[in-house]
Amino acid sequence: MNDTVIRVRGLRKSYGSTAAVDGLDLDVRGGETLAVLGPNGAGKSTTVQILSAQLGRDGGEVAVLGTDPARADRRFRSRLGIVSQTAGDLLELTVAEVVRHFAGYYPRPRDPERVIAEVGLSGQAKRKLRQLSGGQRRRVDVALGVVGNPELLFLDEPTTGFDPESRRRFWDLVRSLAADGTTVLLTTHYLDEAEALADRIAVIAGGRIRASGTVAELVDEREVAVTWRDGAETTDAPTALVAELRGAYGGEVPGLCVARPSLEDAYLRLTGQEAGA
Amino acid sequence: MTMPSTLALGAARGAIELKQFFRERSSVVFTFAFPAVLLVLVGSIFDGDPIVGGVGGGQVLTASFAAAGIVSTSFVNLGTALAVERDDGTLKRLRALPMPPVAFFLGKIVLVVVASLAELALLLAIGVLMFDVDLPSDPAAWATAAWLFALGITACSLLGIAASSLARSARSAGAMTTLPYTVLLFISGVYVPLQTLPGWMADVGALFPVKWLAQGFRAALLPDHMAAQEPAGQWELGRVAVILALWCAGGLVLCLTTFRWRSSLTR
Repeated sequence: MNDTVIRVRGLRKSYGSTAAVDGLDLDVRGGETLAVLGPNGAGKSTTVQILSAQLGRDGGEVAVLGTDPARADRRFRSRLGIVSQTAGDLLELTVAEVVRHFAGYYPRPRDPERVIAEVGLSGQAKRKLRQLSGGQRRRVDVALGVVGNPELLFLDEPTTGFDPESRRRFWDLVRSLAADGTTVLLTTHYLDEAEALADRIAVIAGGRIRASGTVAELVDEREVAVTWRDGAETTDAPTALVAELRGAYGGEVPGLCVARPSLEDAYLRLTGQEAGA
Repeated sequence: MTMPSTLALGAARGAIELKQFFRERSSVVFTFAFPAVLLVLVGSIFDGDPIVGGVGGGQVLTASFAAAGIVSTSFVNLGTALAVERDDGTLKRLRALPMPPVAFFLGKIVLVVVASLAELALLLAIGVLMFDVDLPSDPAAWATAAWLFALGITACSLLGIAASSLARSARSAGAMTTLPYTVLLFISGVYVPLQTLPGWMADVGALFPVKWLAQGFRAALLPDHMAAQEPAGQWELGRVAVILALWCAGGLVLCLTTFRWRSSLTR
């Protein structure tokens, strides 16, 4: 399962004169969960839509499950699961009807009742989508994305609008799918979500991948933030700095705080946004 | 690992389409009930008109409204539904599925055929119960009604699909279909007899399929001597067939050149 499932080189896509994706390179290995992090308008959704054969591209090479998505056929599509950004359709149907209907499109679907239970909607199975809350409707989207038993699952900002409890349950679901060997490509602008779910993270800004790797690889260990009442400094030798400060204050350093570099620091640096700005 | 068959998916689409249509209040009220309500109202107003050759105003209107009804369940229904579905993400979601596009259109055909048959039954029932319509006993009359039905819903469905592409959003979808529909009912001799229309208005109406479909249904459902009441003095069934077939061909070309799965406004 360690073969490359997604390979992208020099992907380009413009809307009018605006380049949404501008020379993007990306590799996703079989069985891994990759989170694509980036601000709004960075090109996350456009990339996902091109890879999942929902949108054409202007340039570059793309191979998904060994196929060019621009030449997607039914068999190719049956190997994908897609949770797009929210839609307002299917409102007159019940949860059970919708999930069962969508299972019918796939050659070897998962059990619809089990999928409904996994997304935590067993109690709402007989209710129409119209009667569900926004978060519950989003969970239906997730159910429809996984009911086909996909090898590769695209999750485009899947937990927007979830309450914390629903997010945790959704994370558990994604983890169990990943544990079963499903390759997951997740876009999000929640750093904690990327950290909780992803084996690797790719940071995207301005239509390009700025960096990718594990959290440990992205975070620059040399940038430990030391702050105290009268100042702040970033250093790769925090212990020495604290010792120096102790000497200067002759004892306790007022308001001392030493913080390991976080994913947020790395993210803000990579997307060109200033921390605290 | 075999993929589900296109036919089975088409049937599943048809079932889902019917459920959605008959549960959605706006489609039931505006598409399905609208022609029936109009027939009850207009028929009641004109039923007292002097009887021509033993045929009352309500009976003539029932025949014309049979045509108007299936235009509603094909043209208005598909034109509105597709514009809404393009706008609310339905089509985008479906396009991403391992579904042959043919299955989607098979589902729409099931919807239009079933809804149109139900509409026809409803309108004829109103005619029988309220306006003393005698349903024809001659199989030839039903055969005429059958080919008119087939040609009519085919032409109007294709035109509805094409019209949906003109609507820029779900909110303008109703205007793109209901306005032309209502105008055509006036200028096609459905609400008022063709002879009472200004000449230019009847001429414009004669360009569109509703006039010919209504004339055809009058031929199928009214006694033969009523042909004298038509502007041409005869039913012109041959011309009706040719014009509806031409609209089918034109509608197909328009569909193939304008149909889009995605809204131009969404990414």
